Formats: sequence, structure tokens, C-alpha cells
Amino acid sequence: MQPIIINNIDKKFGDVKALNNVSFSVEEGELFGLIGPDGAGKSTLFRILTTLLLADKGSASVMGMDVVKDYKKIRRSVGYMPGRFSLYQDLSIEENLRFFATIFNTTVEQNYDLIKDIYVQIEPFKKRPAGKLSGGMKQKLALCCALVHKPSVLFLDEPTTGVDPVSRKEFWEMLQRLREKGIAILVSTPYMDEAVLCDRVALIQKGELMDINTPEGIVRRFAQPMWAVGAGDRYRLMQDLRSYEDTASCYAFGEYLHVTLKSGGAGEDALCQYLSPHQDLTMFRTSAGIEDCFMYLMQEQNQ
Amino acid sequence: MLQFLAFIKKEFYHIFRDRRTLLILFGMPVIQIILFGYAITNEIRNAEIAVLDQSNDYYSSRLVQKIGASGYFKITTALQSEKEITEAFRAGHIKVALVIPKNFGYNFYHNHKAPVQLITDASDPNSATTLLNYATAIVGNYQQEMSGQLKLPLTIDVHPRMQYNPALKGVFMFVPGVMTLILMLVSAMMTSITITREKETGTMEILLVSPLSPGMIIVGKVVPYIILSFINALVILSLGVFLFGMPVKGSLLLLLMECGLFVLTALSLGILISTITASQQAAMMISMVGLLMPTVLLSGFVFPLESMPLPLQMFANILPAKWFIIILKDVMLKGSGLLAVWKPTAVLLGMTVFFIALSVRNFKTRLS
Amino acid sequence: MDKAIVTDQLTRRFGDFIATDAITFSVDRGEIFGFLGANGAGKTTAMRMLCGLLKPSSGHAKVAGYDIATQTELVKKNIGYMSQKFSLYEDLTVKENIRFYGGIYGLSNQRIKEKTAQLLDKLQITKEANQLVSSLPLGWKQKLAFSIAILHDPSIVFLDEPTGGVDPVTRRQFWDLIYEAAHQNVTVFVTTHYMDEAEYCDRISMMVDGKIKALDTPRKLKEQFSAVSMNDVFLQLARQQTVSNQ
Repeated sequence: MQPIIINNIDKKFGDVKALNNVSFSVEEGELFGLIGPDGAGKSTLFRILTTLLLADKGSASVMGMDVVKDYKKIRRSVGYMPGRFSLYQDLSIEENLRFFATIFNTTVEQNYDLIKDIYVQIEPFKKRPAGKLSGGMKQKLALCCALVHKPSVLFLDEPTTGVDPVSRKEFWEMLQRLREKGIAILVSTPYMDEAVLCDRVALIQKGELMDINTPEGIVRRFAQPMWAVGAGDRYRLMQDLRSYEDTASCYAFGEYLHVTLKSGGAGEDALCQYLSPHQDLTMFRTSAGIEDCFMYLMQEQNQ
Repeated sequence: MLQFLAFIKKEFYHIFRDRRTLLILFGMPVIQIILFGYAITNEIRNAEIAVLDQSNDYYSSRLVQKIGASGYFKITTALQSEKEITEAFRAGHIKVALVIPKNFGYNFYHNHKAPVQLITDASDPNSATTLLNYATAIVGNYQQEMSGQLKLPLTIDVHPRMQYNPALKGVFMFVPGVMTLILMLVSAMMTSITITREKETGTMEILLVSPLSPGMIIVGKVVPYIILSFINALVILSLGVFLFGMPVKGSLLLLLMECGLFVLTALSLGILISTITASQQAAMMISMVGLLMPTVLLSGFVFPLESMPLPLQMFANILPAKWFIIILKDVMLKGSGLLAVWKPTAVLLGMTVFFIALSVRNFKTRLS
Repeated sequence: MDKAIVTDQLTRRFGDFIATDAITFSVDRGEIFGFLGANGAGKTTAMRMLCGLLKPSSGHAKVAGYDIATQTELVKKNIGYMSQKFSLYEDLTVKENIRFYGGIYGLSNQRIKEKTAQLLDKLQITKEANQLVSSLPLGWKQKLAFSIAILHDPSIVFLDEPTGGVDPVTRRQFWDLIYEAAHQNVTVFVTTHYMDEAEYCDRISMMVDGKIKALDTPRKLKEQFSAVSMNDVFLQLARQQTVSNQ
């Protein structure tokens, strides 16, 4: 049984289309990423799946239960970490965790082995109020709270937003371990570089899914040749590339600019020639990443 | 049940860790009662009183003496005839006139019934009523003193008369009004804020996606406030009684039960507010503007209802405060029993059920 | 004056806790300076001191040539500030927002008019000038917020995580604006959680536990830590921190 199935979901808020004909499903034990910027519709989809919102059209099921009819049963069996989730700031780590365990009719001890790996990291501070924790620790506590009743599906809405790279990395390592325990995880993130850590991802923008595939599959579909170009004066290099008539796209990527050409691979020599006045010029073929694909698909969507 | 207890425990953590809320909860009523209350009692110190003693015997002079010695009144004028009463009021010096008819002592001992008349200037109904109460209490004391010696069922009949507003209409008690207002505000505001706070911090989403039923969430959030508000009611009640001499003539048990009922009404109104607002700020605004203003203006607490246009009078009927003020006055001042106040009690009860029903209907099991 | 920011042993304590621990560095005019660090490393505290919002416990710093402890008002006049959380008044129109901020910084009416026209033209939002800011997409808002932050031609602009949650294309358009400003000799002091954005900076400092643990150009930092990306540099430095904590 597929833990999450979504069929043709539409949702409007006033005139704004938050979700437009969204369909996908998540396999058992899969770590599925929903990748997109703020306002793409990620949180709306999470709320529909956790039975907090009703879709205008379409259907969805979680663990074989319908999100509309069986909402009470779903609420008992999923773990949910909303975006901007802040726990109870005035309760300590321990009090927060116990509270969430009790309202889900269980105890911390009963499911301790599931949260143990994560909890030991914050246990030294268990008497500290949640409001006084760092971003990374808060997020670990929130994950503990979402896991404490041993859910069969885990919904994590932007768990790593605003968190530093170290805590983000640790968080994703925790998710990998949870997946090994057979819990299906749907996680959303605005950070494109996190996509490669998922089994499969859906790229979402303006309420529409642009692509669903494995991270490798998404990258493989990006067929055009791409160059990474760098030079001493970045600003001028960018100006020059933008005004070059064969340029199809030119975006900054780390220390280089990623460039594709309208003429494809054939225009390489001409480009080299064009840029030759630049000092410290480096130019080499490179392969596209998820972010390149996302931007490419965004352009396609806008046309 | 365990879930429920955990919920309530958590709620108490919130309350006791948030000093500001505690301060509002218990500080505000005390300060306001004292502030409002003293505005009245200051007026009452040494109120000028005129005496028309037509009896002029030993007993009547002792009564006059007692009134003069109470500290509340200062006897400034000795009147000679009933005509002079009106003149004295018109001149504006006196606030109360005491008329002791002829043969006061004789009537008291032989007929066991001696009438006394108190006349007040009811154009300022608030202080008039308070003064009347004080004077009546002094007369009552005096009567006990005299009957104590004789052990006979003796009565001094006090016939209060409100000059210029003789039917006693539009007269209200300030203290019950303030008590009602504060109890209402604290209870309704606190519940509406505590529920909307969970919406703001996003924790409401988690609670909804848990096996807790929406009804359970509401009750869990409100139970601590029922307890706190009831304690609050006790504080306010004792302030009224001990600081401002409000009598409790009726049954104390009935009074406490009515207070409990009103607390429930106010809390359910708070829940209703929280179901239609998304932020603490909005909840606060609605509680203040939506409850404070009509309660002050239309519950008969500051302005007499009878002098208002009919539509406003009808509107006043939907204010829980109006009914509770009636109950408070009847039970505390008149000593009425449940039989006499069953009607306003039933109205409050009905309102509570209505508010709760509406809240449950409004409280979404989902976010929108 | 060719240094936009100079700090000397700048320190800030909160009780026993040392949020910023004797940091010393300088930023050149027209430089894009990336100010990086884990959550709670002391970035925000340092930035607040440099903006004149917080007095240092000890040490000195000059921003745009003015002392941050004694010439706070002059510092504030000569800097621009934008953060992810602070953006614009959502219930005012684009034009009204520009007018308001121009007014705050004492620009003349004539100047505000010129600047408004320029800005609307540059961002290509002349059509939307009279729309409420709340109706604009997030990316536009952030670009508008940045343009307004440099409306009064400050010599330095502080950007606190300006691109959080924005789509990749808009994020790059935002950086175009930053480059352009730097090209016009505005110093840009920026914090970010996107490590690829760190590479767009001329120089980067990495804060760990209130101290600056590394400061150089992205390329040299990568050489120094023999790392492939800034992300690796960051993780290596942060690992030092966890080791030193244990």
C-alpha cells in the first residue's frame, strides 16, 4: 500500500490558485522531497494531507485512509511538524515532549528507541525552556515531538528553513536513519541542494508540479550542454554574457556563472572567442544540478 | 482522561510562567474595584444631612445623634416644617433629609412600629442610593440596640423616598456594576487570548492533528480559567463586601453559584470570540470593544436603562452583564432567593448554552 | 577614507555570556562582505552593534568613518538596512513606501520624486506603483526592500538574510542588484544561509562561538581548508566548534 496518494488536487484562496491539479504518490519507506520556494503551495498541500484543509477538487489518502472521510483516523497515525512550528516556548524540552506524548495517548518511554538517537543530543538541556534553544536544537525537539507516538507517516513542512548548514546536515542524517526504520517521510524545503538527499522529489512552483523524479532522473533530463565560466571581474563578465546574443541563460552558481547557449554545443568556440578579453578566464563544461533544472523548468512554465 | 489532565497541567504551566497574565488576572480587578469604589465612598464621607425631628423625644434625638456620629453624615440643618425640605434640596447644600414623625418613641414601644422617612436627591442616583443604604443601615443598628434591651419584635419602618426620581427607577448600584464588568472582561479576554495564542504560534495545528477532539481542546483550555475566574470572583466579591460595605442579605451559596454561572457565561463568550479571530490582538480588540463598551454603556451600570430609546433597551437584553447586575442587586441588597431571581438566572444559563453551542459549531476541526 | 568598516576587539557580553568575542576586521569600500556563522554564533549581535543599535561592552568600531558607540546618529544616517523579517509596510502602496522611507532619511520632495521614478524604472514596476505592497510577489518585495534600503545613497548597506525562501531565479536577480550597488561603490555587508551565495562575496568571515575563525576570499578559504565548496569549509569549521565543546 502506498502511504500517500494524491490525485488531481486543486485549492484556491480567493482568486489565488495555491494548488493546481497536483498528483503524486509516496512509496513505502520512501523519503520524498517537495522542493520549491515560499508561496509555491507546499504548506497548503501539507495541510490538506494532514486533514487541516479541504481541497476544492481531487482526492488524497494517507495510509489508505481518505483525508476527508477518515480524518480522525489519520490524525491518530501521522506525525506532523508544521512550518514555523515553535512548540510551547515557555515549556521545557522535557515538558513539551511529555505533553505531546500524552495527548497522543502514549508515553515517552514506550517509544523511546525511536527518538533515542535524536533525544540524547538535546537531553543535557532538558530543563531549558524551548524558547531559549538554538534553531538546530528546537528543530530536533520538534522532530522528537512529531515522532513520539510512532507515526507510520511523517510530514515535515520546511524543517530546515532558517537553520544553519551544520544543523541542516545533521537533520538530514536523522531523516535517513528514520527512513531505514520504515517510516514514509514527506518533507518540504526551499533549499535546492537538499533535493539530492531524497529518494524522489517533486519540484513545485506557483502551485504546479514541474517534475517528479529521482534527483538523478531530474538532472538527466536537462539535455543542453552547460558551461561554468569564471573571471577576475565577475560583474563585467555577467554583463557581457547577458548581452551576448547566443546566450540562452546565465545564472550565478557559487564562484562560476552557469551558461547555456541557444546554439547548444556548437557555439562553444564562438563564446570562448567573445570572452577572451577577460582576465583570469576559466571556462569548462559542467553538468546541471537540481537548481539549474528548477530554473530551467521555471522559465518553461512562464512561457 | 490522562490526555485531558496533561492538557490542563500544561495550561497551568503557561499561566504561572507568564507573570504578565497573572498580574492582569488578579491585579486588574483589585485595582479597578478600589479605584472605582473609592470614587464613591469619598463622596459619602460627611455628606450633609438635614433633620426634621417632629417627635423631639429622647429616642428620636438619640437616632439623630447616632447618624451624626457615624462619620458618613454631617448634620447641618435642623428643619422646622416639611416645606423647608424642598427648599433645602433646592439650595443644594444637603444630600439627604431625615424625617422623624411625631410620637416616634411612643409608637416604637407601644405600636411596635415606628415610621421614619429618608429623602434623597436622586438626580445623582448613584450616590443617592449609596447614601440611602448607609442611613438605612444606621437606623437598623439603632433598632437592634433598642430592641436588645426589650426583646420585643420592634420595627422602625424606613420609608425611603427619592426626591425628583421617586419611583427608584434608574437607580443602580455602582459596585455590582463594576464587579460584573471586571469579571466579564477578565474571563472573556483571558480565554479568547489563550486560544488564539495557540493559533498564532502554530501549536493549534499540532493539537488538531492529534487524537484530541476539538471539544476536548476547548474544555482543556478553559477549565483552568474557570477555576481562576471563580477565585477572581471571590476576590472581587470580598472586596465589595469588606471594603465597600456591600451587604449580602441573601443566601451566600446562591450568590456563589450565580457567580459561577456568570463566569461560565463570560468564558463561553471568550471561546466564541476565539473561534472567529485568528490573532491575540484581534481577540483583545473584540473583547475590549465588543464587550467593554456595551457593558459600560448599556447594562444599566452607568446610564439608567429606562431613559434610553426602546431599541437600545431591547439590545441591552442580550448583554449577560445586565442580567447578572440584576441578580447581584437582588441577592446582595434585597436578599432575594432563587425563586425571585430565577428569570435572570435562566437567561444567563440559556446564553451560556447558546454561546457554547455556537462555539462548537464554529470551532473548526480544520483550519478554514 | 577607503575602509567602510573597521573594528578593533569589538566585544559584547550579555551577563556571563560573551555573544561577540573581541572581533577585529575591516571591510573595504565597495566590497561585498559575507558574514557567515551558525545559528547563535553571534552574527546578529555583531551586526546590531555595527548598525548602532547595541552598545559594545568593550572594543571599538567605526562604520562609514563614525564611531558606533559615540556617533550613533551619524552611523544610522550613513547606512542602509534590510532583513528578511523587516520588509515594507504591506498596507501602503509601493510609492507610499518609497515616500515614507525617503522622508525618514530627510530627502527633499524633489529628490524623492526623482528617486521614485528611477527606482520604479529600474525594477520595472512602474505599472504597479500604486498597488499595495501586500499584492506583490515575495521576490518583488525583497527587491523593492533592497532598493529602498539604499534610497538615501548610504555608503554601506547591511543585509540580514535577505534571500530566505525566495525562488532560485529571483534570488539571482536579487544578487544582480547587490553587484550593481557594489559597482557603484556601495559597501555590502550580508549574512546568508545559502552557501553558494557565500561564493558571490568578495571576502567572507566565518564566526564560531563569538569569534571570527576564518576570513578571506572564497577561493583562498577553499584552498586553506582543501574543500570543494564553501559548504565544506563551513562544516569543517563548525566541526572544530563541536570538538572544542566536548
